Amino acid sequence: MTTHIEQYKVHKEPYYQPQGNEVALYEAAYRNRLPVMVKGPTGCGKSRFVEYMAWKLGKPLITVACNEDMTASDLVGRYLLEANGTRWLDGPLTTAARIGAICYLDEVVEARQDTTVVIHPLTDHRRTLPLDKKGELIEAHPDFQLVISYNPGYQSLMKDLKQSTKQRFTAFDFDYPAPELETSILAKETGLDAAVAAKLVKIGQTARNLKGHGLDEGISTRLLVYASTLIKDGIDPREACRMALVRPITDDADIRDTLDHAIDATFA
Amino acid sequence: MIETTTEYEHPLMKGYREQLNCGFAQVGEVFEDCMAEALAVLSRAGLAAYLDNARFLCKMGRGVEPVLAFLEEWPSVAKALGEEALGPVMAAIQAMHKSPNGKAITPFIQTLAPVARRLHSLEPLEHYLDIAHDLMARTTGSIHGHHATFPSPGLPEFFQQAPFLFNQLSMAGVRNWVEYGIRNYRTHPERQAEYFALKSADSRAVLQRERHGVLFADVERRLELYLRGLWQEAEQLVPYSTAFDELRKPIPYYDKLGMRVPDVFDSANGVKGIDRYRAVLAHMVGHRRWTTQVIADNYSPLQRMAVEFFEDCRVETLLCREYPGLRDIFLALHPHPGEDDCDPETMSCLRHRLTMLSRALLDENHGYRNPIILEFAQRFHESMVRGESSTREVADLALSFSARSRRQSDQYANVYFDNTVIDYRDDNRHMWLFIEDSDDEDFFDDPDKKQKKEAEAQSLPPRHYPEWDYNSQTYRPDWVSLYEHLHPKGNAADIDRLLQKNDALAKRLKRILDLLKPQDKVRIRYQEEGSELDLDVAIRSLIDFKGGATPDPRINMSHRTSGRNIAVSLVLDLSESLNEKVAGSEQTILELSQEAVSLLAWAIERLGDPFAISGFHSNTRHDVRFMHIKGYSEGFGDEVKARLAAMEAGYSTRMGAAMRHAAHYLEARPADKKLMLILTDGQPADVDVQDEKLLIEDARRAVRELDQKGIFAYCINLDPKADEYVADIFGRQYTVVDNIQRLPEKLPELFMALTK
Repeated sequence: MTTHIEQYKVHKEPYYQPQGNEVALYEAAYRNRLPVMVKGPTGCGKSRFVEYMAWKLGKPLITVACNEDMTASDLVGRYLLEANGTRWLDGPLTTAARIGAICYLDEVVEARQDTTVVIHPLTDHRRTLPLDKKGELIEAHPDFQLVISYNPGYQSLMKDLKQSTKQRFTAFDFDYPAPELETSILAKETGLDAAVAAKLVKIGQTARNLKGHGLDEGISTRLLVYASTLIKDGIDPREACRMALVRPITDDADIRDTLDHAIDATFA
Repeated sequence: MIETTTEYEHPLMKGYREQLNCGFAQVGEVFEDCMAEALAVLSRAGLAAYLDNARFLCKMGRGVEPVLAFLEEWPSVAKALGEEALGPVMAAIQAMHKSPNGKAITPFIQTLAPVARRLHSLEPLEHYLDIAHDLMARTTGSIHGHHATFPSPGLPEFFQQAPFLFNQLSMAGVRNWVEYGIRNYRTHPERQAEYFALKSADSRAVLQRERHGVLFADVERRLELYLRGLWQEAEQLVPYSTAFDELRKPIPYYDKLGMRVPDVFDSANGVKGIDRYRAVLAHMVGHRRWTTQVIADNYSPLQRMAVEFFEDCRVETLLCREYPGLRDIFLALHPHPGEDDCDPETMSCLRHRLTMLSRALLDENHGYRNPIILEFAQRFHESMVRGESSTREVADLALSFSARSRRQSDQYANVYFDNTVIDYRDDNRHMWLFIEDSDDEDFFDDPDKKQKKEAEAQSLPPRHYPEWDYNSQTYRPDWVSLYEHLHPKGNAADIDRLLQKNDALAKRLKRILDLLKPQDKVRIRYQEEGSELDLDVAIRSLIDFKGGATPDPRINMSHRTSGRNIAVSLVLDLSESLNEKVAGSEQTILELSQEAVSLLAWAIERLGDPFAISGFHSNTRHDVRFMHIKGYSEGFGDEVKARLAAMEAGYSTRMGAAMRHAAHYLEARPADKKLMLILTDGQPADVDVQDEKLLIEDARRAVRELDQKGIFAYCINLDPKADEYVADIFGRQYTVVDNIQRLPEKLPELFMALTK
């Protein structure tokens, strides 16, 4: 069982730059085993934060990327047929509850609502997981904690969490960091010159201003990191920006043109 | 032969005069001047041809004007295009001479010189002559086709406008513009003349469309994104026309109502049109951010000008700090006048001086040596180094600059303008605060203003839609005027009676409806991956497995929520032909349609899909009427029934515009699927369209537009002969209902089949 736990541990410290006192708040939530919800636009550092906290607390982390086809049994576990009968296989949620890991459900709204209901008994005072197909009731390990993330921005009206699900979590609201902070993140993450990083951040701001006017989402910190990486590798800054910042996020010729112009105007 | 008043004439000149052999007195008066110019420009052979052709023009019997114009204009044409241009030009004149278009010869020759200066070489001239010839051939009228009798009404006007046209348009643009005029006004002499004289609205609209450079309309969205993205501004952009205001060139400005920018920008000095727009906008944004108002009353006009120049440079410096790339654009657009271009002894050099200063403030490599300019550039940079400076601070700087650099000649009326216009800057009207009203303002309120407002509220302004012209494969801009209003009301009980009459049918429909109604959960069986084990299948598989056969792995099942999310717009053709009686029945098509639509409305209401009903008819392109019978959010209640009961038929069927308008509303519905049903009894037609195919092609184009917007268009056609055209318009998305009497039962069935 120990090797089992080891593989879920975060061994190297992930780089994370706190934007506020979220680290202390998360630690408090973990001390009391409160479920946590992390909200924020894509690429603003949600997953990195959870990973960092798992490392800091020294707990194993099991991440599940949710999708539309995911069913409750994908989380909880299912019977498999074998030559001489059937065999039960634990799902990731069950495993986490047994070994006392932090279970991180990424982009949880992507899963259908009837799927997400299975987490309910784990997220209140009961802290149990009934496996009704197997006829077993799992008491969650004392170290177990549930974390979900979701991006309230892009999905449709149809995709929202049920109130009954929402109200089981404490929540962090993340956003892209302030310009100075973002600049220092780029500089630290990739070792890029701070002046160039500041220009990248400025371009990022430009795109974020266009959100809702043809762009569903602005340029994320993650993409800015990609651009920095390319520049660090010796690519011309303008080309790196076009490749990493503009082309991925839009096919709209007008927006592309405007952002290209912003790049030229910034890197003159 | 006239007796000239000159006592002595050079024998050579006399020889030329004899060679010309033209008897008009006016010719004699100008002959020597013309010859002087011709002798300087033309070769010996060219001179002979010049005189020969002038003689021909003199003798052809169209008065003195052609020959006068030719004598005066030809030398400069020959200078611009070369002497060999004479052949094609004379051929064109001959052609006009032989046709009834002799009147066009004079304007043709008169405008030849300015046109030639635009065209530069022989080849474009030949294109120009081709276009003119084409215009002449196609617009010269004939009676019963056997004799060309009426001159082309548009041709002289076209020649008059030619210099202007070539100033604004490329050769292809002129060709398109002429083509459009010929096609649309061939049969209408007055309108044709108006079109070619650039007096009609669509003539100007087409001209606008064909202009060279970057059109505002094409880049509007990009500019809005630019403002929003780079500058966090969301100001309204309002274009003004630069095409028709030759004297008073408007310049950009902004006020409470928005930022005014020109409607077109050509590339200049290697800066693309779009970047010129961006420079204009950036400059205005700079003022909005950093300029504070200054009281104008204490300054003289010259001082104000200096303050404006300094302030412009200040905001541009700040803008370049934000986006360094702007500097290249500003500098490329900013004039760089030579230091000694203007002579202060003879003219006012104020503008020249300020432009040089402005250049020096922005451009480190300005190269000027004037000590005052150098000193003030230095002082300006010092104040900018400290921070943003302020309007107040640079105003003081400007005042001392204007005091130091003043010259007596600044007052001269002869102002040096060349190379001093900085066209991306606005007129700075926002900068000045006038405490006292000047004398030239008027203080009367428009007494009609209030009344006008009330009158406007009662009816909506028309909406304009383009129409597709298949001949040229282009849209006619703003061609159709569409007026929308609520359909008048009748007696709602009539519709209830109709519904009662079809009670049996309604019951049958109801059964189908219940099947169609969304049931929330649907089970999907036979899934390899599913939310639950499907026990029946699983056991069967297990048995297979134990028995040694290959088991079916699809033993799970899952659920799917099924809901209908569809918005429907029903568009009714209410043209005159609906008043016809259906063969073998007492009812008119209109009555049957009414019945069918009522039933359909009832059915859709039961299904709960949002849907709208509207009717249209048209009386030429200037009056397409679009009547709302039911809105998406209205219930199928008495109001709607009353409107339905009052349905009347009249006029014609301009289908494309009605579809575009209905799509305008349907597009905004937040539904997954959008369906537009068009109920019509004939092909699109209107009284002002002779070409049958035109409106059919337009409707077909409209269907394609709908498709691009994600709207599924479906036609229900009651015309038994519809097969000839309906497939052209709707592809396979149509049904022809032959037996119109069965329409009330067919229509709802059709709808359900479509949306199942």
